[in-house]
Amino acid sequence: MLAYLVRRALYAIPILIGVNLLTFVLFFVVNSPDDMARMQIGVKRATPEAIERWKAERGYDKPMFVNTAAEGGARFTDTIFFDKSLRMFALEFGRADDGRDIGQEIRDRMGPSLAIALPTFILSLFVSISFALLLVFFRATYLDFWGVVLCVAMMSISSLFYIIGGQWLVSKMWALVPISGYAPGLDATRFLMLPVLISVVAGIGSSARWYRTIFLEEISKDYVRTARAKGLSELAVLFRHVLRNALIPILTGVVVVIPLLFMGSLLVESFFAIPGLGSYTIDAINAQDFSVVRAMVFIGSLLYIIGLILTDISYTLVDPRVRLE
Amino acid sequence: MSAPMGFQPVLLWTDLLLFALLATALAAVFYVRANEPLREAWRKVGRRPTGMAAATILLAFVAVGVLDSLHYRPLLPPVEAPSGSVADQGQPRYSTEVLSVLDAALEPLRLQTEKTYSAPFAWQLYQRETMELPEGGQVRGYPRLLHGASHLGDPVAEKGADVARRALASVGQAVLAWLAAFVVLATLVWRGSGLGWGEIAAAMLAGRTVLAWRAALVTLGIILVIVAICIELAPLYHVLGTDKVGQDVLYLALKSVRTALVIGTITTLVMMPFAIALGIAAGYLGGWVDDAVQYLYTVLNAIPGVLLIAAAVLMMQVVIDTHPQWFDTAAERSDARLLALCFILGITSWTGLARLLRGETLKLRELEYVQAARAFGVRTPAILRRHILPNVMHIVMIALVMDFSGLVLAEAVLSYVGIGVDPTTISFGTMINMARAELAREPMVWWSLAAAFAFMFVLVLAANLFADVVRDAFDPRR
Repeated sequence: MLAYLVRRALYAIPILIGVNLLTFVLFFVVNSPDDMARMQIGVKRATPEAIERWKAERGYDKPMFVNTAAEGGARFTDTIFFDKSLRMFALEFGRADDGRDIGQEIRDRMGPSLAIALPTFILSLFVSISFALLLVFFRATYLDFWGVVLCVAMMSISSLFYIIGGQWLVSKMWALVPISGYAPGLDATRFLMLPVLISVVAGIGSSARWYRTIFLEEISKDYVRTARAKGLSELAVLFRHVLRNALIPILTGVVVVIPLLFMGSLLVESFFAIPGLGSYTIDAINAQDFSVVRAMVFIGSLLYIIGLILTDISYTLVDPRVRLE
Repeated sequence: MSAPMGFQPVLLWTDLLLFALLATALAAVFYVRANEPLREAWRKVGRRPTGMAAATILLAFVAVGVLDSLHYRPLLPPVEAPSGSVADQGQPRYSTEVLSVLDAALEPLRLQTEKTYSAPFAWQLYQRETMELPEGGQVRGYPRLLHGASHLGDPVAEKGADVARRALASVGQAVLAWLAAFVVLATLVWRGSGLGWGEIAAAMLAGRTVLAWRAALVTLGIILVIVAICIELAPLYHVLGTDKVGQDVLYLALKSVRTALVIGTITTLVMMPFAIALGIAAGYLGGWVDDAVQYLYTVLNAIPGVLLIAAAVLMMQVVIDTHPQWFDTAAERSDARLLALCFILGITSWTGLARLLRGETLKLRELEYVQAARAFGVRTPAILRRHILPNVMHIVMIALVMDFSGLVLAEAVLSYVGIGVDPTTISFGTMINMARAELAREPMVWWSLAAAFAFMFVLVLAANLFADVVRDAFDPRR
């Protein structure tokens, strides 16, 4: 098992290098730093001096790959590629355009992001699976039919509508919770309830329908017939046999996203003004702060790879036949 | 010199691709007619009432999108040349504004702009203004709209009756149009069936035909009624209100349809060649090709989609902004951005299809008929083309329809985040984005938001239902 994990971790390195090269090409080769500077400063005010100053302030004034002016190792370390790209492997992200340390900012914002993402994740998993089990229990009845219709209708609604509508209804009309904002500590519950609720409702449609297909596929297998033939009640069959065996396909889709919970939800965080990583990313995109976007891309892919490894481990937990070798 | 035409046709890149897609779809229809298994699968789609109803709605949206893709630049009226200059005399001059046939059809909607917001069917502006009284002096109040309900002498008393009368009259017209469509359709079904026309027509209305014609007819009826009412009322009232700069919301919503269709279809279209080629190659050839393709899609998958899109869009924006000389008109510029967005979305989303195709090809290559072909010495490209490709096309087909609704929804979110279409492009995303800030006003400005969400909901719901039916019909496992 350990050997397997080490191998998987080593396999992650070429992927991270690939991600890194891709972002580097995207950010520095497609557009030269001069182009970016001109865009940031504004085309009208972009004098050569202003561009040089902008580049120097952000460390873009070095050569791309090889610094012929430097000596020894600095030949390769004193370059844009090393500074902006390779340093990320040591989780050094440098400074954002407003001068703040990106690494520190990410550490500060992880908490609020998790505070909203974790309850959403657990609640929506619970609600969607329960709903899907209910539909499967009443399969081939009108309840099932209209349940699926409801799911399709719910997934046809834009997530923006859920957020805007929910904010308007709950916060403005009923004035139950504040419209947006955040406070540290236990006080945060007040602010978190609505976004969590909205995210759960917005996700039910597609996930419940997906779980329903998985359960239906499982329920048509032979062992389920055997279980029924033994005289087990339908409920016992559903919970003790179908649910357990459906866990493998469910885990494949679910565990991968657990590490990404840190990244937060872009939309919800920005609508509810929650100071998490999602709103950080959106602000960076709007301000065209390339270094923050670059850092978030790197962290995102790192977390995705961790998620893949976690998925493999989780298989061994739910299915004793799976061995990681 | 030839006489100048009244307009100069403009072919934007997305128009070209959209028409290419339409041509492919038409060619596919002829191909399917000659191919019994495919015909049977599509017949299965047609037998389901949901499938027929959803297809009818989608066709209506496609019609709007196609009309909106026939672009041209209108001829400017000849200007009085300043005395002495003979430079461009006789040269036709075309407007830099690119219009479409839909714009021409909706001319009253496009041009009848108000000062700012007004509610649906309103006759007064949303905002209070200081008005000059005819007998001198000033008063604060809601001014009358320039166009909405301007034909009425006393709107308070007459508006309700006027709207009801006109709506009823247009329902009559809709019924006539529906009857005409029904006769044409029944004749088409009747031709070559060997039964009497009356029998066929009665069976269609009773829902006893093999294909679910009744569902299509009912849907068509509903669409015709709505269209007829809009045609009658829209030139006189702002049926869905006006937005911040006084543009008619119905016009904006109809214009958004094309953007949504472009994003939903062209994205899959541009990614399909990559996904098919790489997926099949990886599955069939195995070895280092498989490793390379898998590496490529793991890398692309590893980056969270929104971030990759954000990074790519930001970079593309810089390219477009630093090369203004590439584009003649603003429309071409925003079209380039739309097309680039399609490419970016395509690059981030081809991986799923490629993985499915790889898995299916892995299965197919071990089947007897493929092995036999190999044993007979058929070359690899020929095997791929003749034996593998036709047998994975149903996956491509399902992916095409399944992705559509997700992409339409994604456009709205991306435009809200600021990495979607150009802000000057009319789309559901830009409409929502503009309207969002106004919810806090009192009384609330809800109509443009509601219109965008309603149009989007109908489009996406129809697409989702259609995709489900298509998947059921084409997926051999079901």
